[in-house]
Amino acid sequence: MAKKIDVPFNGTKEQEERLKKELAELKAEHGGQGLMIAALQAAQEIYGYLPEAVQQIIADELGVSLAEVYGVATFYAQFSLYPKGQYKIGVCLGTACYVKGSGDVYKKVCDILKIEGGQCTDDLKFSLDATRCIGCCGLAPVMTINDDVYGKVTPEEVEGILAKYRS
Amino acid sequence: MFRSHILVCGGTGCTSGNSRKIFEALVERIRKEGLDKEVHVTQTGCFGLCALGPIMIVYPEGAFYSQVKVEDVDEIIDEHIIKGRIVTRLLYKETVGDDGNIKALNDTNFYKKQHRVALRNCGVINPEKIEEYIAYDGYEALGKVLTEMTPQDVIDVISKSGLRGRGGAGFPTGRKWQFAKNSVGEKKYVCCNADEGDPGAFMDRSILEGDPHAVIEAMAIAAYAIGADQGYIYVRAEYPIAVKRLSIAIKQAREYGLLGKDIFGTGFNFDLDIRLGAGAFVCGEETALMTSIEGHRGEPRPRPPFPAVKGLFGKPTILNNVETYANVPQIILKGADWFASMGTEKSRGTKVFALGGKIHNTGLVEIPMGTTMREIIYDIGGGCPNGKKFKAAQTGGPSGGCIPAHLIDTPIDYDNLIAIGSMMGSGGLIVMDEDNCMVDIAKFFLEFTVDESCGKCTACRIGTKRLYEMLCKVTDGTATMEDLDKMEELCYYIKENSLCGLGQTAPNPVLSTLHYFRDEYEAHVRDKRCPAGVCKKLLRYQIVADKCKGCTLCARNCPAGAITGKVKEPHVIDPDKCIKCGVCMEKCRFGAVIKA
Repeated sequence: MAKKIDVPFNGTKEQEERLKKELAELKAEHGGQGLMIAALQAAQEIYGYLPEAVQQIIADELGVSLAEVYGVATFYAQFSLYPKGQYKIGVCLGTACYVKGSGDVYKKVCDILKIEGGQCTDDLKFSLDATRCIGCCGLAPVMTINDDVYGKVTPEEVEGILAKYRS
Repeated sequence: MFRSHILVCGGTGCTSGNSRKIFEALVERIRKEGLDKEVHVTQTGCFGLCALGPIMIVYPEGAFYSQVKVEDVDEIIDEHIIKGRIVTRLLYKETVGDDGNIKALNDTNFYKKQHRVALRNCGVINPEKIEEYIAYDGYEALGKVLTEMTPQDVIDVISKSGLRGRGGAGFPTGRKWQFAKNSVGEKKYVCCNADEGDPGAFMDRSILEGDPHAVIEAMAIAAYAIGADQGYIYVRAEYPIAVKRLSIAIKQAREYGLLGKDIFGTGFNFDLDIRLGAGAFVCGEETALMTSIEGHRGEPRPRPPFPAVKGLFGKPTILNNVETYANVPQIILKGADWFASMGTEKSRGTKVFALGGKIHNTGLVEIPMGTTMREIIYDIGGGCPNGKKFKAAQTGGPSGGCIPAHLIDTPIDYDNLIAIGSMMGSGGLIVMDEDNCMVDIAKFFLEFTVDESCGKCTACRIGTKRLYEMLCKVTDGTATMEDLDKMEELCYYIKENSLCGLGQTAPNPVLSTLHYFRDEYEAHVRDKRCPAGVCKKLLRYQIVADKCKGCTLCARNCPAGAITGKVKEPHVIDPDKCIKCGVCMEKCRFGAVIKA
């Protein structure tokens, strides 16, 4: 269960307009059918996560119930109802990484940041997720921080890697 | 004409290793030297040998440079490109013959036994240029189909070739197309399953990244065969490079009139759109995938009606996997007999495997069906690193099972793998050595399915969770022998009572390890011992008195204060205080700490 952080929703007018514009474009592109997932992806791209207020905008624009939006948003792993950290850490727990010891790397990150998977540090700096295979099994075990990829990571190296993002 | 071609791998593995920067540095240096009319730099798809990435090949010499760094670029340009002296220190050792000359790639152990059909253009062409695909016979098959063949001819060729679905279950592709063709309907759809979710499998991604047009062309052929005019590729959002190259490829195909209205002036219309998955393993199941394209929670629905009758948006639909499609254009061009000449009687052609885990040559390999596991693991894969003993290979991901060492000579095809309790799956092949605990592996897969079960069927939603808890009892050392029997019973219950492939196959990792490695389960239960030394609760760290120099390093680092002893005298671990974190073993410089 992700730690619920009470960050007040502070979406801007610009964000809302951008979302509405993109939703209108998606509607035209999809011929009106099957666009819910693309709509949520667009919204998460704009806001970083999908708070209730954003889900409500989507429901209104697409003419569906909030429950339906919520149902889809909670089904897929890509969508988050809570904010993510400035630096999103992913430790691959795919088979290849796992057999090469990524579980220990994952645990090390938890210990250092005092959070669990799916959670975010109180200062919103780091969030951690266990990821599925990201497809570079030759580098196992793999850890990612935003777009940076660290391969063949050992638990001892974790502290040093995190330090680069702390300042 | 260029005097030299430099091919830099742009697959995900090498890109993670910074190959994009290497590519840019090469282009920049070449431009600076004024060689851009003589030397051509291209970014290609995956070469397959991901363990040695980033990879580049320089032609005409065929110099295969591995583990290249950005800092190496200047040396490669100065020495190789300008002076014509190959940078031997960067060469992949296997490509250097005894006489010091460069061997052809196809003569190296890794490539020798491979036969590249689905991967034929990966690592050869620039996937972002349609002209390069066309130069390699691209879209010729589509032209042939539209101008010389009837839809039934196409299906007959595919049926005769013996092509079976490469996504896991191995359903005959021609038969699937025939069903969809026979379905009456004004609107039909062609879909591509690129929601590659098995942990450890990345062949579909590599094909999309390295040869996206092959998939587009094949989907157009399929559309013609069944009478569809719209297609969807459902691809994981986690594959950004694949999505980008697919988008570029679709745009280019439209510009060339190979997608859209009146293709080749034959009156045939077909267009293609990408739908991004949002991270749900169950969406690899065909009915769930279609529900997801429709924009709903990706839950599977009962079959029949089969998608060929009532699929996407309620219309007749075919859904094939990326690798299946990648075979199609060549079957059309080279004929059903050519394809059927490869492989075994019931499994024709080749199969791509993603080799991973405890193996030297991690990467992508494509082998004719019927190749043995031994050939893949030892001849191509180079065996387990660090002289460790091979224990088992896992195929089929969370739906598959483990193949133990004594069955390593089994020729790989769909039916043989099922017979030994595993399955082809999409082609992930994870190698495990003596340091891997089979109960722990089964537990790992169950944790995955517990997470990914969509929740629709009780047997799967609750059953996998209970099964996982039983496995935890085993690894914690609190299980009884009756629990093992109960586990087995529960496995069959889940299989029989789940709606879709996810639940029906989820217990396979447990069943196959229980079957082949029951002694390991029993060791956990009866002797409270993990033979591989993985399960923490059953582990005991000990200090070998003879090896301990009394340096106190372990005692100073032990977070639990469990280690005592005087300076320069052997230390002792108090098992009651030890939390089994393993720090002492990591810190000891004399190898005195062992797992008992």
